[in-house]
Amino acid sequence: MIMQTIIETKNLFVHYGQTEALKNVSFAIDRGDFVGLAGPNGAGKTTLIKTILGLLPSSGGQIELFGKSKANFNEWGKIGYLPQKISTINALFPATSEEVVVLGLLSQKGFPKRIIARDLKKVDDTLKELGISNLKKKMLSELSGGQQQKVLLARALVSDPEILIFDEPSTALDPESRESFFQLIQKLNKQKGITVVLITHDTSYIGQYANKLLYIDKSLIYFGKFSDFCASEKMNSYFGKYEQHIICHQHN
Amino acid sequence: MDLLTFLQYSFIQKAFFAGSFVAVICSALGLFLVLRKMSLIGDGLSHVSFGAIALGLFIGIYPFYIAIPAVMIASVLILKISEKAKVYGDAAIGIVSAVGIAGGVILASISKGFNVDLFSYLFGNILAISNTEVILSVILSVVVLAVIYFFYWDLFSATFDEEYAKTTGIKTNFINTLLTLLTALTVVLSVKMVGIMLVSALLILPAVTALQLAKGFKTAMIIASLISLISVLLGITFSFFLDLPTGATIVMVNAIFFGLAIVYKKIF
Repeated sequence: MIMQTIIETKNLFVHYGQTEALKNVSFAIDRGDFVGLAGPNGAGKTTLIKTILGLLPSSGGQIELFGKSKANFNEWGKIGYLPQKISTINALFPATSEEVVVLGLLSQKGFPKRIIARDLKKVDDTLKELGISNLKKKMLSELSGGQQQKVLLARALVSDPEILIFDEPSTALDPESRESFFQLIQKLNKQKGITVVLITHDTSYIGQYANKLLYIDKSLIYFGKFSDFCASEKMNSYFGKYEQHIICHQHN
Repeated sequence: MDLLTFLQYSFIQKAFFAGSFVAVICSALGLFLVLRKMSLIGDGLSHVSFGAIALGLFIGIYPFYIAIPAVMIASVLILKISEKAKVYGDAAIGIVSAVGIAGGVILASISKGFNVDLFSYLFGNILAISNTEVILSVILSVVVLAVIYFFYWDLFSATFDEEYAKTTGIKTNFINTLLTLLTALTVVLSVKMVGIMLVSALLILPAVTALQLAKGFKTAMIIASLISLISVLLGITFSFFLDLPTGATIVMVNAIFFGLAIVYKKIF
C-alpha cells in the first residue's frame, strides 16, 4: 500500500535574525501517523510547526503539504491546529464556545464569509461529539482550562481536518484532564484515521500514544518509528540509557 | 419648549440623523479596537486631525477634505512604525499624535487668523453640522458599516486570535490595515460631533460598557451600538434643554451608562 505523505520538509532552515533556529530538517509524515514531536526547551519545535503553517518564514529548504508546495497550498481546512497557550487568547473577549468553534470553518469560506444554518449544525455536531454541547452558549473566558482546551479542539476538528497539530496541549490541563484529552486524540487517530502531530517537551508520556517520534534539537536528531527508536543503539549513545528509557518506558 | 417642537428644528433632525450613523460605526469599530488593546489609536488620530484641519484652514480648503486622507495616511503610518521600526504600538500612536498636534499649533501660530475656527474643532458642535457634513457622514458611515459587514468574521477571527486566523488563510495584515483605515475615517467623522478632545470616548465607552454586559461577541456589538446610539440621542437632547456643550454631554451620558453597567454586573 502506498502511503500518502501529508507533511514533508526538505533541508528546512529557519533563522531569527542571525540566530539559527532550525538547521537542515528533513522528514515526511504519512497519513494516519501519530507523531510525537519532542525536544528540549528552545529546540525549535514550535518554530518548526509555525513555519509549516506559514506563521514564520523559512530561510531555506522546502515544505510540502498534501503533495503541494506550501506556496501553492490553500486548503487550510485540511489542517486543524491547536496553539500552544490558551493565554494567547484575549481573556476579556466575549466569545461564546459556539462563536469560537465557527472560526474553524472560515478556512473553507470565500468572500464574503457567511455562516449558514449548515455550518451551525456542523458546530453543534462537533460539540456533541466531544461531549460539550452544554458549553455552546457559555463564554470561553468562563470555562475551566480543560473545557477551554476541548472547545479549541472542537474549533480544530469542525472543518473535518485530515491532520491535527497540537502544540503542548497539556500545558493548561491537570493530570486527569490530560489523560482523557490524550485518549480522545488517540481515538480520533485510530477511529477516524486523522494524522496527529503532538508537540511536547515532556517525553515521558508521549510513547504511550505516538507511533512515531520526531526529535529535534535545532537539527533533526531522530525521525522514525517509536519502536525503532527504543531499540536504537545510536539513540542510546546519543541520549544515554536512562534518558532513552524515560522516553520509551510507556511505549508498547 | 416641548419635545415635539424640539424635534421639529431642522438642525436637531440633522444632528440626530448624522449622529446616529456615526454613533453606530464608532461603537462597532470601538469593540474591535478595545479588544485589540488599541483603544488610544482614536485619541492619536484625532490629534492628527487637529493638524490636518489646521492645514485645511491654512490653505483655504474645506478642512475635512484634508483631514480624511491625512488621518488615513497617519493610521497606516502608526501600523508601519510599530511593524518596521520595532516600536510598541502605543509609542507609535504617541509619535504620530504629537507630530499632528505640533503641526497644528505651528500652523495656528503662523496664520494668526483662524485660531477661533480651529479651536471650535477641539470640542465639536454637532448642532452646527452643515448639509454637506451630514451627507459626508452618512455616505462614509455606510461605507464603514458595509466593510464591517463583509469582513465581520475576518475581523472577529483576527481580533480573537491573530495567529490562528492566519492558519485559516485570513490575511491578517490586510485586516489590520483595513481596521485602522476605517478607524481613521470614523475619527474624522466624529470630530464634528464631539470634538478632537473627546473622539476616543466615543470609540471606547460604548465598547467597554458592552463588554460588562454581553455574553457573546454578536451580543456585545449590538449592545455597544444601542448604547452609543442612545447616548448620542440623549446627549443632544440634554445639551439642548440644559444649555450644555453637546459633545461633552454625549460623552457624559456614555460614561453614566458605563457606570450603570458596572453596578449591574456587581449586583447580578
